[in-house]
Amino acid sequence: MNNVKLIKTIRDIPGDQYEQLAPGHRLCAGCGVSAMVRLVLKAVPDPKVVINATGCLEVATTIYPYSSWKIPWVHNAFENAAATGSGIEAAFKALHRKFGKKMPHVIVFGGDGGTFDIGLQSLSGALERGHDFIYICYDNEAYMNTGIQRSGATPRGAATTTSPAGKVIPGKMERKKSLIEIAVAHGIEYAATASLAYPVDLFNKIRKADAVKGPAVIHYLAVCPTGWRSDPALTVEIARLAVLTRMWPLYEVENGKYKINVFIKNPRPIEDYLKLQGRFRHLLKPENKWLLEKLKQDVESFWNYLVSKTKE
Amino acid sequence: MRMYVQPKLLLWLGRVNDMVKRIGLNGDEAVALAVKQANVDVIAAYPITPQTIIVERLSEYVNNGELDAEFVPVESEHSALSTVVGAALTGARVFTATASQGLALMYEILWIASSLRLPIVMALANRAFSAPINIHCSHDDAMAARDAGWIELFSESVQEVYDLTLQAFMMVEDENIMLPAIVNLDGFILSHSLADLYVFDDQEVTNLLRKDRPLYKLPIDFKKPATYGPLGLYDYYMEIKKQQAVAMRNAYKYIKEVFQKYSEVSGREYSPVKTYEVEDAEIVVIALGSMAGNLRTIAKSLRKRGKKVGVISLTLYRPFPEDIILKTLKDINVVVVMDRFPNFGAPGGPLFEDISATLYHLKKRPMLLNVIYGLGGRETSPKEIENIFERALKISKEGVMEEKEIWVGVRE
Amino acid sequence: MSKLKGWREVAIGGTILNVPTSLEYETGSWRALKPILNQEKCVKCLLCWVYCPEPAIHRHEDNSVEIDYKFCKGCGICENVCPTKAITMVREGE
Repeated sequence: MNNVKLIKTIRDIPGDQYEQLAPGHRLCAGCGVSAMVRLVLKAVPDPKVVINATGCLEVATTIYPYSSWKIPWVHNAFENAAATGSGIEAAFKALHRKFGKKMPHVIVFGGDGGTFDIGLQSLSGALERGHDFIYICYDNEAYMNTGIQRSGATPRGAATTTSPAGKVIPGKMERKKSLIEIAVAHGIEYAATASLAYPVDLFNKIRKADAVKGPAVIHYLAVCPTGWRSDPALTVEIARLAVLTRMWPLYEVENGKYKINVFIKNPRPIEDYLKLQGRFRHLLKPENKWLLEKLKQDVESFWNYLVSKTKE
Repeated sequence: MRMYVQPKLLLWLGRVNDMVKRIGLNGDEAVALAVKQANVDVIAAYPITPQTIIVERLSEYVNNGELDAEFVPVESEHSALSTVVGAALTGARVFTATASQGLALMYEILWIASSLRLPIVMALANRAFSAPINIHCSHDDAMAARDAGWIELFSESVQEVYDLTLQAFMMVEDENIMLPAIVNLDGFILSHSLADLYVFDDQEVTNLLRKDRPLYKLPIDFKKPATYGPLGLYDYYMEIKKQQAVAMRNAYKYIKEVFQKYSEVSGREYSPVKTYEVEDAEIVVIALGSMAGNLRTIAKSLRKRGKKVGVISLTLYRPFPEDIILKTLKDINVVVVMDRFPNFGAPGGPLFEDISATLYHLKKRPMLLNVIYGLGGRETSPKEIENIFERALKISKEGVMEEKEIWVGVRE
Repeated sequence: MSKLKGWREVAIGGTILNVPTSLEYETGSWRALKPILNQEKCVKCLLCWVYCPEPAIHRHEDNSVEIDYKFCKGCGICENVCPTKAITMVREGE
């Protein structure tokens, strides 16, 4: 990707005068979403418009009459953020062509609920049509806003309120969907994963996504102390462990070419990551070892798949 | 009484010859032509019988360079209306069209569009709801949408389809109205039937509609950013809804002004309610959509035989023209309300309920008979229509009504 | 926002104007723990500023930081990420 202004260190991140998310929102203490939003809004130049699916980010930042967004922000419904973004992008294209209005950067935020499950069709259509926007899925791995119910993004073995760690069925039995693979299958130019523990990487990926003339998808792991039952202070540490244990590989796909951004040669044991979260506590019990093994297999096989893709 | 103003009469009134064109189109094509002439900016629609011709024609116009618009080939009706909502927020002129199941699929967004007071025009080719799946005309979809806060217009002919589509743009973009509008056209009966109609020149439509953008009162503005679609909890939701409800009531006055202006410019008269021979009528039959024309034809022949019958049809269905209905019906003996919608457990069909509620407070009220007809494209024959009039006359004479609801045209 | 608006006063569609209005909602009252910053130990790495979810940490021109107690929810991320232990979480009210 040419001519993209990438940064090298945290100091290069624009300062407070570029802050476009204001405090006073009702996100949980220690929420892993808003710090990412702050970085995204600084990485993308003005003018910009944000479209947000129903979910934690939307609800907590826009309780009438309080709003934390310093830029134009639109919420339509749960499963149509990508479609709404398509409409805004198409309208500005027409207004630009017919009336000379300036084209803004279009950013769409959706949770794993609004992206993986109910919003998948809308995202798929938008990707196929090639609208020029960045789609950022902030994945806290369950429908957190409505009370921690499982989603297609919930990892295998995790306990949620609709996949509880019960006596007969100990947690979610199904594996996690891969959003980047789905996005790449649409033939888009750029898709990447991101983690809060690697802010410069995240910032640069947003810049790269913005540079694409067409759709780009960012899949961001949002640590959720409330839903994951973790200590709010450990949000960044958990986001780092996710990467270091290979549970959350940091990689990007540019025009079909895979690149692992942070190659984990000697992964930390997965238990280090799991033991900090109440939602996985039952997995560390001996009677659930079989499920833990399956989760480890998921992680290993996906990592191997990624490595083989980088060698293509 | 409605008037068609013939071209010769217009010439006599001093209008230019080539500004009045008479051509043959079907209802769908008439919608597409009106939308093209309106110079929309964004179209997002998903094909569904019997609206497909609208979508096809519009994409032809765009791909041939006749219409400079973004045609967004969305992957479902839900996305169609969502896309159009996003586009309308920028202040662009937008359009979508659907029918039946498509309307049902986009239903949740209907409420959002009207709540945000967006200038959206939607053509609805009225088609029955499944199951069983049926592609022909019922008013199921129009009635499903009636409570969602949209202006609802019903066309009776292909001419009206064209005219009402243009008037819909005038209404939604009026700063005193600011509500989205649905233009109903009976599926297949109007959408696919070729008829003659008078159309404007492109320039005349350009002059009729607003030329500026943004068309929305609070458009996305980078110098004055705003937050659209927030969470409105129990401390604010009701106020926001009340404002919307009052806006719908107040819109009535301005909608009538749009009808008035359009009548002057086109020479074809439009108003919320069309009445035929009601002044001294004993009984009146009311219907929405294409049935109205059939009713008038039968009524005309009955009048020739001295029967005192009248016909009403509503061009404007939402906001409901209560004042005109009250004035017109208060002294009638028997009113037959025809609903092209199955009644499942309600006190009457939707139009029957609207009429009943409107007439309720009168000291002396007409007797009301509800007729369910035409479901899923079932034809109502002239004989069956005549029987309805006769039945009403009988009720009027005897002062007694056996059943308050009858289904016409169904095999026992 | 002490007095609630009547139905005539809300903007159409419930749209929020004059953003960002959340600055009037001071979430500092949520705190059970409060971060105390020892400026002498601070090396201006800016990690706390990057990661603060609110944000309730201001970054000055010289890259020094300052905590905004009006909005700090006391999550403790800043203490956890600080490489020199310049931030300590203490009980609110101490």
